[in-house]
Amino acid sequence: MKVKKGIPLIDQHDKNGFYGGKFGGNYVAETLKKPIDDLSELFEKCRKDKKFLKERDDLYENYVGSPTRFFKLQNLTDHLGGAQIYAKMVSDANGGAHKIYNAITHAMLCKKAKKKYICTDTGAGYNGKMFSMVAKKFGLGCKVFMGTRDIERQKPNCDAIRKNGAEIVPVTSGSKTLVDAVSECIRYWVSNCDKVHMGIGSLVGPNIFVKICGWSTAQISRELKVQLEDEFGEIPNKLKLINCVGGGSSAYGFWSEFFDYNKKHIELIGVEAGGPKNSKLHAAPLSKNSKIGILHGAAAYCVQDNDGQISETESCSSGLDYPSCSPIHCFLKDVGRARYTVATDEEAFSAYKLVTELEEISPSLEPAHSFAEAIKIAPKLDESNIIIVNSCGDSLKDKDIIKKRLGNYIR
Amino acid sequence: MKSQISLAFEKCKRENRPALLTYTVAGDNSKKKSLEILKSISQHADILEIGFPFNAPTADGPQIQNSTYRALKNGFKLKDAFQIVKNYKKMRNAKPCILMGYYQMVYHYGEKKFIKKCKQVGVNGLIIVDLPWPDNKKFSKLCKKNSITFVQLISPTTSKERMKKIIRDSHDLNYLISMLSTTGGKLKVSPKRILKNYFKIKRINKSKNMVIGFGITNKTIGTLKKADGLVVGSALCKGISDSIKNRQNPVIKLNKMVEVLKNKII
Ligand SMILES: Cc1ncc(COP(=O)(O)O)c(C=O)c1O
Repeated sequence: MKVKKGIPLIDQHDKNGFYGGKFGGNYVAETLKKPIDDLSELFEKCRKDKKFLKERDDLYENYVGSPTRFFKLQNLTDHLGGAQIYAKMVSDANGGAHKIYNAITHAMLCKKAKKKYICTDTGAGYNGKMFSMVAKKFGLGCKVFMGTRDIERQKPNCDAIRKNGAEIVPVTSGSKTLVDAVSECIRYWVSNCDKVHMGIGSLVGPNIFVKICGWSTAQISRELKVQLEDEFGEIPNKLKLINCVGGGSSAYGFWSEFFDYNKKHIELIGVEAGGPKNSKLHAAPLSKNSKIGILHGAAAYCVQDNDGQISETESCSSGLDYPSCSPIHCFLKDVGRARYTVATDEEAFSAYKLVTELEEISPSLEPAHSFAEAIKIAPKLDESNIIIVNSCGDSLKDKDIIKKRLGNYIR
Repeated sequence: MKSQISLAFEKCKRENRPALLTYTVAGDNSKKKSLEILKSISQHADILEIGFPFNAPTADGPQIQNSTYRALKNGFKLKDAFQIVKNYKKMRNAKPCILMGYYQMVYHYGEKKFIKKCKQVGVNGLIIVDLPWPDNKKFSKLCKKNSITFVQLISPTTSKERMKKIIRDSHDLNYLISMLSTTGGKLKVSPKRILKNYFKIKRINKSKNMVIGFGITNKTIGTLKKADGLVVGSALCKGISDSIKNRQNPVIKLNKMVEVLKNKII
């Protein structure tokens, strides 16, 4: 089992949709077989179609705004006194996060399939917000499934979704978070797949959704590669790319141009949500060696109890609060191409605070997990090391949570 | 040798009626009660489908989800489902039992171990909602080897070509999903159309039994009685919810409900 060179990682699956022979697949109800086959066929056709690609590239350039900025965090670097730290400001993207790339592809595919409605899930609310934006732009009806716990804690994004004219469908089952929102969204699709297009908000779900999402967020690393060459004249020698991992779409997009490099040259570090320091609960199936489980149509490492039920997770960041992860990250873990670790809630809050105080930027709690790892390792490394953090969300959406936790909110 | 399931269909055919299949969730609303419910409704039902709860179901409607969460909240474990079947099967005139659930529970338990355990406790058939053809080929063979009927699902979205392959690889029973829906939705297609589609599919292989399920209630069951068998699930799960709300005994309530269903198809 290893990463093949020169082929996009999303395409390195077998005919049944498995990466490394065991991660992924298509564990879906019979009803969804046909819509999934249709979508797969459509996507494969579109990704080869020059007109489709041009339309997408135009949207990425003029609507999302590309490239998102890349710059050095000089104050943080000086403060930590070790490796040089840079940020890739994916939160510059229209809507404020990486989720916009996947949403655009889905809206384009929805149009091509001649469907008038689109549905999706959301945790942090970003994915829902992006789908509501593109739905409005493309003239599509839009339903966003969201756990009631997340509706409470991610108000700014919920307001945006509603303002764009999309409907938030509150999900009250189970833990009332992302995992239940995805289940409910899939159930809705089962009942309405003849008229409605479904987009899943991360690099998870049945194989085709993993592929569409990864194909879309890959834009991030295409930009980064050019920016690296502009800044350093080459790809630096000791590079570390740090990204938070919920489902893993942001991390895949950040890394996708760099899988073929030796890991000593470019190290890929994924940071999962470790949850509160003193809690047994977490959302870190990769780092905490969870067993493989079948959730939302795919086999992947998944937090589960000893009877096979999906376990409750806990994290201060809604976007990372998911019990499973992408089959692609399971594969990357097993072949050793990426390293996965956790940051606790406490570490994420401290990292948010430090970065916001020292720099002009203010990461949301998801990328704050990535900064926590950067803060941990930078002092142990010398300045020949370049650390780049994907700052894929803005703290504004977490204002209330931060205020409650730290007493005040600064940005 | 004919399976218990096939024999049950033959008996119904001799009586000139469709088989009545019930679906209830193991452990709903308690382990003890769900066993009592099975024992009681088996007076009227021909085959018992028994759900084993999973907390991230992607094709269940609200009624079955309620039953599932109720069972889980009461501490349901997978071994309880096996225990319930085992105890039910001790009864005289026990009916064939089909376990139904999601693949994660099977995968976690181990495919081989799961099938062995089913055989040991007397399970006659298995429905795994999210293990469609052709991914289910290996599992289905393993079931056959252990004399367990692996039930294939066919949906309104299944293409003709795919249907042929599914039916070719099927055992003695298939399950037609009546409409595009999770379980328990309102029947949004006319019974006439459902039956028309049903007989078109039946023609592919007349020797295999095929039941219709999803959205069937005591109001609609009578109109579909030309099928080999009819499954009622959500309506019964709702019956349990209602009886809890009204402080009635769910065992008595379900017995009555299944009796009414039976009377509509004889
Ligand atoms: C700001 C932000 N970062 C990261 C994530 C996690 O994304 P992924 O599923 O791509 O790992 C989310 C998800 O909602 C998010 O909103």
